[in-house]
Amino acid sequence: MSENVIEVRGLTTRFGEHVVHEGLDLDLRRGEILGVVGGSGTGKSVLLRTIVGLIRPAAGQVRVLGQDVQSLSGLAREALERRWGVMFQDGALFSALCVQENVEVPLRAVPGLTPEQREGLAQLKVAMAGLPWNANGKYPSDLSGGMRKRAGLARALALDPEIVFLDEPTAGLDPIGADAFDRLIVGLRDALNLSVFLVTHDLDTLHACCDRVAVLAERKVLATGTMAEMLKVDHPWVHDYFHGPRARAVTAGTE
Amino acid sequence: MNDLSKDHHLTISAEGEALRLAGEFTVWTLPQLPESAASARHIDLSGLTRFDTAAAWYLAQRRASGAVLAGMTPGQDKLLESVIAASPGPDTATAADPFWHRLLEGIGQRVTRALIFLREIAEYLGRFLAALARAIRHPADFRLTSFVHHCQETGLRAVPIVALMSFLIGVVLAFQGAVQLQQFGAEVFVVDLIAISILRELGILLTAIIVAGRTASALTASIGSMKMREEIDAMRTLGMDPDMVLILPRVLALVVTLPILGLIADVAGLVGGGLMTWYELGISPAMFRYRLITETDVDHVIVGMLKAPVFAVVIGIIGCHAGMKVGKDAESLGAQTSTAVVNAIFAVIVLDALFSIFFAEVGL
Repeated sequence: MSENVIEVRGLTTRFGEHVVHEGLDLDLRRGEILGVVGGSGTGKSVLLRTIVGLIRPAAGQVRVLGQDVQSLSGLAREALERRWGVMFQDGALFSALCVQENVEVPLRAVPGLTPEQREGLAQLKVAMAGLPWNANGKYPSDLSGGMRKRAGLARALALDPEIVFLDEPTAGLDPIGADAFDRLIVGLRDALNLSVFLVTHDLDTLHACCDRVAVLAERKVLATGTMAEMLKVDHPWVHDYFHGPRARAVTAGTE
Repeated sequence: MNDLSKDHHLTISAEGEALRLAGEFTVWTLPQLPESAASARHIDLSGLTRFDTAAAWYLAQRRASGAVLAGMTPGQDKLLESVIAASPGPDTATAADPFWHRLLEGIGQRVTRALIFLREIAEYLGRFLAALARAIRHPADFRLTSFVHHCQETGLRAVPIVALMSFLIGVVLAFQGAVQLQQFGAEVFVVDLIAISILRELGILLTAIIVAGRTASALTASIGSMKMREEIDAMRTLGMDPDMVLILPRVLALVVTLPILGLIADVAGLVGGGLMTWYELGISPAMFRYRLITETDVDHVIVGMLKAPVFAVVIGIIGCHAGMKVGKDAESLGAQTSTAVVNAIFAVIVLDALFSIFFAEVGL
């Protein structure tokens, strides 16, 4: 089961003079939840965007499900995009559509699906993302931040992707909401056998869901491993991150 | 699109009431199920290689209607269970209201909204006047820098467009007037035509419309984006009065600059008209000036200029009010900006009509 669904090799990303990543290597294994952490501005979201092909890297290779993302075009690219789902930081819902219609957008690509089936599947995904029934007809502007994130997750899951990218899923949520979201991610991973690429700042989320953690610093992945292994890493930033007062409170709580 | 679904293979074999599925049963192959599948009593799934929530959703419905599912792996069974657990259902079904009920409700809501809008405009007018009174009593509270900045933004920056527009309107009036009046040999009255229409109505009305489009939208956008980022709430908590800081300098700048812009428009319109009459009818600038001074009453200029501050206040109040109504999302900023422009232009034209009646009654 240790097949890699994402393989990033020697990735270099640059914006003008500013080098974000240089020689970055990263793997995501099938069925695991990988937490990507790093200080502000270390390019966590840039890495996510590069993997899904929104940003073209200056050098290096990104292979998703065995295919090179950059070299694909047309239908092959579209077919690959159907196999992953992305949840953006604030949900990135289409503001002109209600929640259910938002979730139906990816389902419209499926030929032959009747409107009733599409509706039923969209409502199922909305319910699986933990939203109440009456959220279906609401517009994104009527939803709270946490509900928008859930709706964004429902849309990302619409086509039962194999990989889900989550950008700061718990940022801006209260501890109860964040906790519920953590459990939702683990629950969905177990039920749907997802591989999850999770960008986060939240130490609680790292503890609660992630099988492995990758630390981004100095333009590359500084360390990867389980939380227990992270605690032993001897790099000053990694040490501060996992041994700071907030981190200690979390580890004390889980032990 | 069809090419994508060809990658997915589902083999369906039906024997009487039994249905055997093999291969990939996913959202892509769900539409391949024949109509007859809905009546199968026994579904064998032992040959499935892939199985997703869409399939689980379908099978959950089939099982609920009495079909027997067989040959599922524990993993597939677990997914089916979690889909059934998550299956949504309406909390309570509400009956739809009859048509006339909804119609009445819609009309009522619109009327109420219009009345609320008028009340809020009156409220903002009051807030502007209160801020003005406070600025007169405590001149130190007045934001002079902001006022000067907005005078530049709404006044000075608008001079080229207002002057050009008015010049061209003068040209058009002179040309059209000349063509019509020449038929009666009354070319010389073109001067009166231009003078009265520009000084009394068009100069200030068109200036107000341009300023309404330019400044009302700018006011809504600037105040609205501050509202969106909670800057206005921050201001209140810091003891700054948004009426004093935001509304007063903006509206007052409009009140000061709109009459000046109107005057510039008057002059530019007369110049345009004068040049065109000279070119088209051979009425020399000296003759134009003589006719203008002897035949056109100064009342026309006064009537025109009297309207300017009123238009300015209305444009400013509508712009600021719309800015303050912006919510938390960018969409409401766009909606409020366009509403502000439409309302401001509409209000200017309605007020101009009221002024016409008023001045006719007064005898000016």
